[in-house]
Amino acid sequence: MEILRGISVAPGVVIGEAVVLDAADYRIPFRTVGPADLPRELEKLDHAFSLSVNELGKQTEWLNAHLGRDAANVFDWHLGVLKDERLRSSIETLIREQNAAAAYAASTVMRNYQRRFMQMSDPLLVERIRDVQDIERRLLRHILGEAREDLSHLSKPVVLVAHDLTPTQTAHLTSTKVLGVALDAGAATSHTAILLRSLGRPGVIGLGDVSTRVSAGDTVILDGTNQIVITNPSVATLEEYKAREAAYVRFTSELSELKDLPAETRDECRVELLCNIEFPHESAIGLAKGGDGVGLYRTEFLFLRHETTPSEDEQYEAYKEAILGAGGKPVTIRTFDLGADKYTQQRSYDQERNPMLGLRSIRYSLQHLDMFKVQLRAILRASEHGRVKVMFPLINSLMEFRQARMTLHDAMEDLEDLGRHVRGEVPVGMMLETPAAAIQVKEFCREVGFISVGTNDLTQYLLAVDRGNERVCQLYSPAHPAVVRTLRDVIRACTRAGIECSLCGEMAGQPLFTLLLLGMGLRKFSMAPANIPEVKKLIRLATISQAERVARRALSFDTELQVTNYLTDETRKLLPEDPI
Amino acid sequence: MNLVKETFVTESTEAIRSVTVRDREGLHARPVMRFVDLAQRFKARVTVRNASLKGEPVDGKSAMQMMLLEATQGSVLEIHTRGVDAESAAQALSDLVEKGFQLS
Repeated sequence: MEILRGISVAPGVVIGEAVVLDAADYRIPFRTVGPADLPRELEKLDHAFSLSVNELGKQTEWLNAHLGRDAANVFDWHLGVLKDERLRSSIETLIREQNAAAAYAASTVMRNYQRRFMQMSDPLLVERIRDVQDIERRLLRHILGEAREDLSHLSKPVVLVAHDLTPTQTAHLTSTKVLGVALDAGAATSHTAILLRSLGRPGVIGLGDVSTRVSAGDTVILDGTNQIVITNPSVATLEEYKAREAAYVRFTSELSELKDLPAETRDECRVELLCNIEFPHESAIGLAKGGDGVGLYRTEFLFLRHETTPSEDEQYEAYKEAILGAGGKPVTIRTFDLGADKYTQQRSYDQERNPMLGLRSIRYSLQHLDMFKVQLRAILRASEHGRVKVMFPLINSLMEFRQARMTLHDAMEDLEDLGRHVRGEVPVGMMLETPAAAIQVKEFCREVGFISVGTNDLTQYLLAVDRGNERVCQLYSPAHPAVVRTLRDVIRACTRAGIECSLCGEMAGQPLFTLLLLGMGLRKFSMAPANIPEVKKLIRLATISQAERVARRALSFDTELQVTNYLTDETRKLLPEDPI
Repeated sequence: MNLVKETFVTESTEAIRSVTVRDREGLHARPVMRFVDLAQRFKARVTVRNASLKGEPVDGKSAMQMMLLEATQGSVLEIHTRGVDAESAAQALSDLVEKGFQLS
């Protein structure tokens, strides 16, 4: 039995049989064949192409029907390549002229193409490498004809274990047979994480080498709540987890009963619980879970859905949907936070050496004013449908905030010129997620309409740790005294200045930190909709005086371990049986 | 002595068009497929060359080769067609690129 630690991207507990997806290379059995075998190799190739085209056609149809055109579009080019006569004939030529085995020939040709894409200077073309790899894999699967893990034919529920997930594989997550996902890679595409969360399935990433430690058929416990994966569990552990699995199911159904009850402490202090969303339809989900509005709408996910920059109208429609879905409750829209580990880095050939410290987020927007203004206009236009607030990410200096705000006013003027009056006032605020911003919080309080603390990035910058790096991610902890003290100072400064302060990092949705944050004066928490019921339950069991006591004590500790242990004990007192 | 100059007029015609790629993302997956699908409807041979990069001509009916063209925003592409319907092919393809691929 082995216990592997990782990063949770989706909570929950499942026990299942592992299906291990191949990391990269198919084993090519031999490179050349005797001349007499050439016709057979050519036939194998021909057959593989037909099977691939057929399979892809069906997948595209399925994707179209279940996830929409955009998901299906990814494969249009794949199909075009599989039908490309030049490509096919270059593989056939290799077989004929060099006596190459079909698998070897196909792989060689495809890898040559990958190399050519790698040499290009256009950032967007680099993504094509993954496409070509995907196509190569598909062809090889059919040429080699071995029983590879085919996710579309799962006969029983399984836990997916892999190095990382390719676009093709991600599409299969919606199958009811996939109980959860465990990945080696430290940074799952957000798409994977979101899909898992909205499907209610656990996911743990950053496990390093889980795909080499698990064999197909092994029993695996995936504990997304505690961020661990247990392979080949002992009988005792298995029993314990079966109980936990059952408890988790009961727990989630209990929580749904809290939906209409207010998030109020026992001593009647009202707390606002808002939701973090990535897609427009999620605002309605948040409302259904009992949320008080949208505290963070991560608009950059519009880029995941479109291959091109979403147009002003496309953005307007998305924002409008999110606003209407919130049913009159406020929606805070964060402008594009592109760069770092997200979309643009994946697509960038000239990858920045230090994307986290590079051209990302508001810096990116301020250097791409056209794109920025398009977004701002779309937001302003959509604002007539509800209560909208605009928030700028990664604000690091007063100048930056002023520039961004000025651009917003320019966008407003653009609309006025077109005869579209923006009714009402749209509050403008910032995400506080850098040390510099934390240090200057008092100055910022004089300029901004509201502040939202982005603890994910703030913690990374404060502790100088990349939580996506498997080698150091265990050093990332919001319970580190430096982080806790910084939060105390920020919340205090905002309270004194009368500036609304919310927290939208992951910490907000983790019951472990609820008492601490409450005790430090936080009254607005924004989290993934799935976490709202849990946090609400805890708040309803607590009192402010209790929370303040907990916070005072937690702030007195020197180490992250002491803080975590203390908070765990205190939270357990209120939630003895629930998974924390 | 009559020097009869014989001009061998083959059935085929030729056409060349130069177009500039408008789209900010250049010729990415969807545009490439739209171009290739359109090119495949014509009998004529279609080759495309990225004049901005002084590149070699590639087969306009090949999804892979068209992607390898490295056509970004502002790239000047030379579309060369040869065959019975060379003229209409060249016109249709250059119109497609000229219009930009946003309207899909």
